[in-house]
Amino acid sequence: MEKVPLLKVENISKAFGGVQAVVNVSFTLNKGDILGIIGPNGSGKTTLANLTTGFVRPNRGKVIFNGCDISKTPPHKVANLGLTRTFQVMRPYHSLSAYKNLIVPLQSPRVRRTRAGKLGDTDAVAIDILEEIGFERDARVPYKIAGSLPLGYLKRLELGRCFALNPIVIICDEIFSGLSMSEITSLIPLLEKVQMEGVTLVMIEHRLRELFRLANRVMVMNFGQKIAEGTPQEVMNNPEVRKAYLGRERS
Amino acid sequence: MVDETRRKKRFDRSIKVRTEGLYAINSWVEMLYLILPRAVFIIGLLTLPLLLDMYWQKVICSAGTYALLALSFDLLAEYVGLVCLGGAFFIGSGGYISGLLNAHFGWSALLCIPIATISGAILSTIVLIPALRLRGIYFAIISFMIPMFARDIIVALSVFGGTEGISALGILPNVWIEVYLILIVVIIALFAIRRLVNEDIGLVFQAIKDNDQAVKASGINITSYKIKAVFIASLLGSFGGAYLSHIYGWVGISLFAMDFSILPIAASVMGGMGTLAGPVLGAFALTPLSEALRGFGQLRVVIYCFILISFIVYKPEGLLNYFQRKYHQFEHWEKV
Repeated sequence: MEKVPLLKVENISKAFGGVQAVVNVSFTLNKGDILGIIGPNGSGKTTLANLTTGFVRPNRGKVIFNGCDISKTPPHKVANLGLTRTFQVMRPYHSLSAYKNLIVPLQSPRVRRTRAGKLGDTDAVAIDILEEIGFERDARVPYKIAGSLPLGYLKRLELGRCFALNPIVIICDEIFSGLSMSEITSLIPLLEKVQMEGVTLVMIEHRLRELFRLANRVMVMNFGQKIAEGTPQEVMNNPEVRKAYLGRERS
Repeated sequence: MVDETRRKKRFDRSIKVRTEGLYAINSWVEMLYLILPRAVFIIGLLTLPLLLDMYWQKVICSAGTYALLALSFDLLAEYVGLVCLGGAFFIGSGGYISGLLNAHFGWSALLCIPIATISGAILSTIVLIPALRLRGIYFAIISFMIPMFARDIIVALSVFGGTEGISALGILPNVWIEVYLILIVVIIALFAIRRLVNEDIGLVFQAIKDNDQAVKASGINITSYKIKAVFIASLLGSFGGAYLSHIYGWVGISLFAMDFSILPIAASVMGGMGTLAGPVLGAFALTPLSEALRGFGQLRVVIYCFILISFIVYKPEGLLNYFQRKYHQFEHWEKV
C-alpha cells in the first residue's frame, strides 16, 4: 500500500511551568495505519494527543494535518477537519440518554457538510451509529441515561461520538483501560472494522499485548521524549524500551 | 426497641409508563392524565386575575416578570451550565431601551416593548460575550457585577436621567391588558423553552453543561452555542424589563436592583431547579409572599430567608419535583 502521510507532527514541545511534558517529538501517520503510542505513566502520551487535537497549544513545533498547519487551530475546528479523539477519562453527556449523546456531534458543521441532505431525522441517524458500534444487543440501552451505562458501553459511545463525525483520524486515548478481558476482545473487532472503513487510528495504550495485535507501528515515549519507533516486534526487542518499562538490567 | 424497620418503596404508576415511556396513548384516560397537570397550570394562571382585586393584579404583573427571569435563570443554569446572576441587567437594558424609545420618539408602548425586547437581548448578549469563556462561579461573579456596573455608569455620567430616571412614559391601556399580556407571555415562553431544550440545539446546550471538552471534540463551537443560549435567556429578561417600564410609566436605576438577580434563584430553588415550570411556580408563590409580608418591614427579609433555608434543608428537590412524584408514583411502606 502506498504511504500517504496524513498527519505530521514536527519537533513539538510543551512545558507546563517547569515540567517538560513533551520534548521535541516528531512522528508521521500514514493513511490506513494503526499507530500505537506507549510509554510509562506521565511520559506525555495524553499531552501529545492534546497537542495534536488543539486542546493544548504547543510551545514549539508544528502539527500538519492533510497539508495544513493546525498547531494554532482551536479544537472544534480540528475536529471539523476530521481529526477526532476519545478521552482517557470517559466524558459522556451523563444526563442525556445514549442516543442523544450522538445527536450532539451530528450538529457539527462537518457532519452537516458531509451528510448534506441525508441528515433528516437525527434520532434515526444516531440510532444507526449506535447499532454500528455494537449497542444492538439490548434494545433498551440506547434510551438509557448515559451516566448509568457500564464502562464498556461508555467506551463504545465515545468511539461513536468520533465516528459520527465521519472522521479521517481517530486518536483513542487508552480505550482499553479499565475494561475486562472479554470487553477488550469484543472491542478489538470494532476497531478493526473502523480501520477497514478507511479511518486511520492512533492508539495510546497501556495494554501492550492487545495493542501489538492491532498496531502496525508503535512509538514509545518516556519523560516526554520519543525513545523508539518501529514495528511491534522491533519495539519489543529494543533495549531502551525494556529499560523504560522494566528498569535497569542487572548483569 | 423495635427490631423491625420499614422503608418506603416507590413505584411508577402504570399509566405513567404507558403514556411517557411507550407513547402508547389509546384512551381518553391516558390523554387526560397527560393533559391534566398542564391544564391546571394554564387555566389556574389565566383565572387568577379574575379572582383578585386591582392591587393583587399588579402583584401578579411583577410576579410574571420574576417568573420570566426565573425561567431564564433555570434555562441558563440547568441546561447550559451558566449560572447567570445578571438578571437585573436583562431587565435594565430592556427597560431603558423601551423607556428611551418611548420618551424620545413617542412610540407607543406596544411598539416599544417588542423592539426593546430584541435590542435589549442583543445588548445583554454582547456585554456577556467576554465572560462566556468562564465557567461556574467565575461566570456567576462577572454576570453579577454587570448590572451594578451599568447602574454606576448611569449615575456617574448622569445619562438617561441619572438617578432621577425617565418618567411620564406611555403606559399600557388598562390593567387587564397588563396582567394578561404577561401571563400569556409566561405561558408561551415556558412551553417554548420546554420544547427547545429537547430539540437538537437544546441537546447541545445540555451537552455543554455536562462536558464542554467533549462538545469541542465533536467539532462544535461552544461559544457560539452559549451566545445563542444567552440571547434566548435575555430575550425573556428584556421583555420583562420593557414591560415593567410601561407598567410603572417610569424607568430608573432601580431596574438594575439586585432583587431581579436574586429572587429568580430563590424561586428556582423553591420550585425545583431544572424543571422549568417549577421556577415559574416558585416566582408566582414567592413574589406575592414577599408582598404579603410587606407589613413586617425589615423583618420580612428574615422570614423570607427562613422560608428559603427550610426549602434547601427539607425539600431541596423543590415543589414541582415533589408534586410530580406524588402524581406519577405511588408509595407504600414495607417491612425490611
